[in-house]
Amino acid sequence: MKYRRFFGEHLFHPLIGAVLFLVVWMILAQSSEALPGPLKTWDSAVALFSDPFYNHGPNDQGIGWNILNSLGRVGVGFGLAALIGIPLGFIVGRVEFIDKMTSPIISMLRPVSPLAWLPIGLLVFKAANPAAIWVIFISSIWPMIINTAMGVRQLPQDYLNVARVLNLSEWKIFTKILFPATLPYMLTGIRLAIGTAWLVIVAAEMLTGGVGIGFWVWDEWNNLNVEHIIIAIFVVGIVGLLLEMLLVKLAKRFSY
Amino acid sequence: MKNYVQVETVQMSFGTRKGVFVALKDINLSIARGEFITLIGHSGCGKSTLLNLVAGLLMPSDGILLCADREIGGPGPDRGVVFQNHSLLPWLTCFENVHLAVERVFSATEDKAQLNLRTHEALELVHLTHAEQKLPNEISGGMKQRVGIARALAMQPRVLLMDEPFGALDALTRAQLQDELLKIVAQTNSTVIMVTHDVDEAVLLSDRIVMMTNGPAATIGEILGVGLPRPRNRLELAGDPEYMRLRSEVLRFLYERHAHPEAA
Repeated sequence: MKYRRFFGEHLFHPLIGAVLFLVVWMILAQSSEALPGPLKTWDSAVALFSDPFYNHGPNDQGIGWNILNSLGRVGVGFGLAALIGIPLGFIVGRVEFIDKMTSPIISMLRPVSPLAWLPIGLLVFKAANPAAIWVIFISSIWPMIINTAMGVRQLPQDYLNVARVLNLSEWKIFTKILFPATLPYMLTGIRLAIGTAWLVIVAAEMLTGGVGIGFWVWDEWNNLNVEHIIIAIFVVGIVGLLLEMLLVKLAKRFSY
Repeated sequence: MKNYVQVETVQMSFGTRKGVFVALKDINLSIARGEFITLIGHSGCGKSTLLNLVAGLLMPSDGILLCADREIGGPGPDRGVVFQNHSLLPWLTCFENVHLAVERVFSATEDKAQLNLRTHEALELVHLTHAEQKLPNEISGGMKQRVGIARALAMQPRVLLMDEPFGALDALTRAQLQDELLKIVAQTNSTVIMVTHDVDEAVLLSDRIVMMTNGPAATIGEILGVGLPRPRNRLELAGDPEYMRLRSEVLRFLYERHAHPEAA
């Protein structure tokens, strides 16, 4: 019974979806000369992943290096955004006049595509790699500030009353009440930020070049290697999914 | 000490969108050391407001509140509060929740071992030694409320303030906790102010029952002295004529003279 349920809920339905997807893909590939089918793509992927970490100079490296480079940029940009965005979120959430001061600016800047900031990055840093990191930073910082601030604002009055009745010091209030109470919101912000950052990195790298999955896609387009482009789409999707799953797991650990 | 807690001509009003709302008016109350006082009244009569004033969580619009001859200017560890919804921090274990309070009050004068000992003792007082390392979500509602009581008592407050502490519990757990509270209060000789809407609870626990009129501008309608000898036993009291008299006295106040405005 358990066995059947497992297959029913966790494998069977996704499996049908995957088969249908492949069938549609095959039909589309049959009717178009340019689009390679699943089998051709699979062969190409096997060849590609048999040696993911070769290095033939800066313009020709294995898919593994490309992924790691992209992840590295996301990591640095995102890390810097967390370093600045989370404390800023605490301040915005705790001090009302700063909140009122900054919220129109944040509301205005948040919907801007992070790529629009790329020229500013190029101008300031005069190099492609820091500019790409800068774009990731900009895309990650808004959800980090907004969600942290929201968590601080939604701190239950009960907990603040406890803090007042126990006469806790500001430091204790922060470490024992404010920070743990805000953590779930912060993690939501981090999840949104990583999601956007991973979304944006492909486009940013297409524009800036260098080793990375985004530029790799662009390179393969110039080589007219469509199989590799499709593989890249899957790789980006799977890595994004893994990042998301990791953070969901982390968030579960800190929900009370 | 006769006037351990003193409330003198206190008035409390809140600014609302529709103008000033007077919640409490002309409140005068004097509480002796070691006395158990309950505040009873219909919902919305401002009994919690009065408790919060003594706690220092609210400041009166007019009048003055004193605790041990010192003006109450804000919350302080000399007044331990037990909240209705326990208000334990869910990310700390029961031990850590109590320790947070102990640490604040005694860390200046005592070392780590003594602080830990105090925390253990407070939890032992409410019979929760076995649940020390559990998180609040892992224990029952009654147990959470006991941790709340332990946290308040561990600070060795001059006054224990309880805001409908057993209101959210089922009847059996409530009775059990009332009995435990009676023992603890006898043991620690605490001064207690407790908000309740349960008539039996008020008569069973109190030395005096402060009955409040309906708001707005609620005030103290009557104060009923409860002369029942201690230790009190709920089973023996159930048929006691004096207990019955006091009980119907409170009921008459609440349902005849000051029936709830919506019911009237």
